[in-house]
Amino acid sequence: MSTSTDLHDLGVAELAEQLRARKVSAVETAQHFLARARANAGLGAFLDFNEEATLAQARSADAALAAGTPGAALLGVPVAHKDIFVTRDFAATAGSKMLDGYRSPFDATVVARLAEQGAVTLGKLNCDEFAMGSANENSAFGPVKNPWDQTRVPGGSSGGSAAAVAARLVPAATGTDTGGSIRQPASFCGITGIKPTYGRASRYGMVAFASSLDQAGPLARSAEDCALLLSAMCGPDLDRDSTSLDVPAENFARTLDDSLAGLRIGVPAEFFGEGLDADVRAAVDAALKEYEKLGAKLVPITLPRTELSIPVYYVIAPAEASSNLSRFDGVKFGHRAGQYSDLIDMYKKTRSQGFGDEVKRRIMIGTYVLSHGYYDAYYLQAQKIRRMIADDFQLAFKQCDLIAGPVAPTVAWKLGDKSDDPLASYLADIFTLPASLAGLPGMSIPVGFGAGNMPVGMQLIANYLQESRLLNAAHRLQQASDWHLAKPEGF
Amino acid sequence: MNTGKSALVHGYEVVIGFETHAQLSTRSKIFSRASTAFGAEPNTQACAVDLALPGTLPVMNKGAVERAIEFGLAVGSHIAPRSIFARKNYFYPDLPKGYQISQFEIPVVQGGQIEFFLAGERRSVRLVRAHLEEDAGKSLHEDFVGQTGIDLNRAGTPLLEIVTEPDMRSSEEAVAYAKELHKIVTWIGICDGNMQEGSFRCDANVSVRKPGAPLGTRREIKNLNSFKFMQQAIDFEVRWQIERIEDGHAIEQATVLFNPDTGETRAMRSKEDAADYRYFPDPDLPPLVIADEWVQRVRDAMTELPRVMAQRFQADYGLTEYDATVLTQSRTMAAYFEAAAKASGQPKLASNWIMGELARRLNAGEIDIAESPANAQQLAQLIVRIVDGTISNNAAKQVLDALWSREGSDVDQLIEAKGLKQLNDTGALDRIIDGVLAANPKNVEEYRGGNSKALNALVGQIMKASQGKANPQQVNELLRKKMG
Amino acid sequence: MNEKYLMPLTSTDIDRIANLARLELSPPESERMLTQINGFFDLVEKMRAVDTTGLQPLAHPVACWQDVVLRLREDAVSESDDRAANQRNAPSVERGLFLVPKVIE
Repeated sequence: MSTSTDLHDLGVAELAEQLRARKVSAVETAQHFLARARANAGLGAFLDFNEEATLAQARSADAALAAGTPGAALLGVPVAHKDIFVTRDFAATAGSKMLDGYRSPFDATVVARLAEQGAVTLGKLNCDEFAMGSANENSAFGPVKNPWDQTRVPGGSSGGSAAAVAARLVPAATGTDTGGSIRQPASFCGITGIKPTYGRASRYGMVAFASSLDQAGPLARSAEDCALLLSAMCGPDLDRDSTSLDVPAENFARTLDDSLAGLRIGVPAEFFGEGLDADVRAAVDAALKEYEKLGAKLVPITLPRTELSIPVYYVIAPAEASSNLSRFDGVKFGHRAGQYSDLIDMYKKTRSQGFGDEVKRRIMIGTYVLSHGYYDAYYLQAQKIRRMIADDFQLAFKQCDLIAGPVAPTVAWKLGDKSDDPLASYLADIFTLPASLAGLPGMSIPVGFGAGNMPVGMQLIANYLQESRLLNAAHRLQQASDWHLAKPEGF
Repeated sequence: MNTGKSALVHGYEVVIGFETHAQLSTRSKIFSRASTAFGAEPNTQACAVDLALPGTLPVMNKGAVERAIEFGLAVGSHIAPRSIFARKNYFYPDLPKGYQISQFEIPVVQGGQIEFFLAGERRSVRLVRAHLEEDAGKSLHEDFVGQTGIDLNRAGTPLLEIVTEPDMRSSEEAVAYAKELHKIVTWIGICDGNMQEGSFRCDANVSVRKPGAPLGTRREIKNLNSFKFMQQAIDFEVRWQIERIEDGHAIEQATVLFNPDTGETRAMRSKEDAADYRYFPDPDLPPLVIADEWVQRVRDAMTELPRVMAQRFQADYGLTEYDATVLTQSRTMAAYFEAAAKASGQPKLASNWIMGELARRLNAGEIDIAESPANAQQLAQLIVRIVDGTISNNAAKQVLDALWSREGSDVDQLIEAKGLKQLNDTGALDRIIDGVLAANPKNVEEYRGGNSKALNALVGQIMKASQGKANPQQVNELLRKKMG
Repeated sequence: MNEKYLMPLTSTDIDRIANLARLELSPPESERMLTQINGFFDLVEKMRAVDTTGLQPLAHPVACWQDVVLRLREDAVSESDDRAANQRNAPSVERGLFLVPKVIE
């Protein structure tokens, strides 16, 4: 019987095994992590708990475990959900005042799928408001702190998810990635995260930010754990999500141990230019050398429109967001202003009170680029360049099997550094945006440390539906190195 | 294109285009699985998707697409093999998402035309397009003080928006168009056409100009849901615009509402930025692809259209164009006629009886022919008995009355029970005629003297003497023979 | 088409857009927004200069790799009355109706 202090050091796979072997119960496990989460409230990672619901789920899991129910891979494993996913038994704020107190009558499909596999919901995680941000400083409920250095940001928008997993307050968490919001916080917090191919995971129940970009994915401390969660999260949701791909659910863990001999890893010149900090470059280069040792071959490639991905993304995403957020009008649900003179005043006050600055900014940009006379020059133009970017990747994939590079130009910055300079924040998304625009699967794996002893992540991008290949490459690297085993002090 | 001419109004040409919203008769909504049934308690048919709850997404209803294809085929349009759904963004309490999912640049149905008769002349109105979109909810203004109540049951009901070119030149023509469109959508079964329930709503774009001048600025009269009001509203609007122009004012583009109580149109409160809908393709909905095979399947399964059926009635049954058009005013009437015509072998008589005696009774009772107490078989039997001389026309009317009031359901039994059989025994008739002639020498003389009216009095007497049972045709024949 | 020279935004533009988006910005907010958005659009100008003649927009990302078409579901009702749960979060409800300030047409 393991001592309970070891529980939070176990990964998902190991924990699931221990639960199956009845070495520890689901209730014990849940209580253990709840206590840790509450004890570390200072990180700001969690927004909501519902102990009753959590323990009820844990008890069900224990019953199933006792009965030896086969098939449920995550039975009794605690998972926390980014507050972008609506949940029946927990708050669903999307990090916004607009949805403070909102209780959804249904669960997001991804949440339900994990529950079907026996996962126990530990709580809801903080995030940038409506998933808009790269530092989790845009939450209406306070910032999240990076467990490696609490004066720094954890990244965003899934900052709560990344911080909670890094601090081992939960073995795994769900996040969403629209322009890098899983990959970048995973990188800043020294953990593993993956965004699948667009359409692999259902968007039903994910509060919409940018519909043609949003994707759900897991954050955990290893590729193996991510594979377990991703397998549960992905799969067609044909009845509810018209953009869900009609592609069978896959066991992404099946080929984790495959050899990497002959794997061609493309290294885009544009990802290693001037803007990349030396410490990040060094860590990524070291990891690439490890890949060569594992039998992979590095191939120089070009993704010529990398820089253009910034304006393209920041035209398309706000445009879609401006429309998706119109439903927040104080009529059917959510915040409504206390005082107003008439209907239009009610709308304006409600929305101005309910939305934070970054959200308002993006709504304004989005409204503008769609407005009469500007649509062709901005939105349509951006969607055309988007095609060019996607085509660039297809050309590149003729020469390589995976593409590797940094996740972000720097390590995590200090809280407050970029909060007054949204543009600086946008520019830092340069490496994650291209794969988002093309809808390709992308991963972040920890590859050591940089300035200020902060974690550095490496990004791997694969072609459509090739998540197994990503996870296999990540797993093999993690077997041959120990960067992913590092823990922040004090947790 | 229109070949007919319409009268000018005070020297101005009237130009009208229509946008009609027809609610499609699907069971569930266009993007959600809630019911579209009318009359439910508020918000009991508005599911999470209809309410735009966070995280909800649209999923397309095949039945709505199929009905759009049926419409397109019925009016001779092009069915787009690939069409796009777009978001039309604006804020209104009955629009839960803050945008309406509609079609903008590439609609599912393109082109087509509607043909109809106006005062005996054939007219044709060109369609620009028809597209699929979702209906908004309902606002109830009257029930709350200073507030409006929103019912989202209707939100998400599938609509087909049918847009015409500005081809109409009078309010009569516009109403005739609307009636024909109404007939088509109800005939092919894609819309229940219940205007009181809001299943068929018309917006009329109206402008005036001096003949030969460029198009005038149009105003849009919204939500006309009765043919009577349609005509009144357009007439008022035309007069109003002409007066304004004559007074030296320019017409400003506006959306107007018709007030049936005052008979006037009035501009709605101006919506400053209403025109900027920021249309863009809905990222939640990939392109709608309609394969040729599907269109072919729909075409093969389609019911015979009214105009085609009318032509067939003219060819096969020798009906006039007018009669054929009247009899194809609805599926039920056409079916009734055809059944009665075939069963009796007397299409012309069937047509006369339906358009005459039956129509009168149906109108008085405000019922559709499908609810007629006298069915097609019974009418056919009645006609057979007239033709074979068993009963006279008058007697037949009495039998029809009896059927209508459900005194009985068997024509022959009713004839027997009411003793309505004509006197066909020529011998007996002969004797009666002789008797009457003998008793009325003066009339006989007058008739022989050239006064054909004197015949009527004799006929009357003979009918009376036979207690109405004499066959009037036979009486006439015999009388003429006898009197020379 | 892409030759049109688009001026930087003015505060009138900010007002118009805010109104369209039903947002209310205080004067300092408005000013800040103007500066930030104009800064952003400097970045966007590079994008506008790209020659995209003949290209189709990529609205659905995976469409560049496989044809993405709209799935159609059977016309069947499977949502029943769940009004209580659905209206649980409503700011103002009476007799089953959502209440808003009176709408004047």
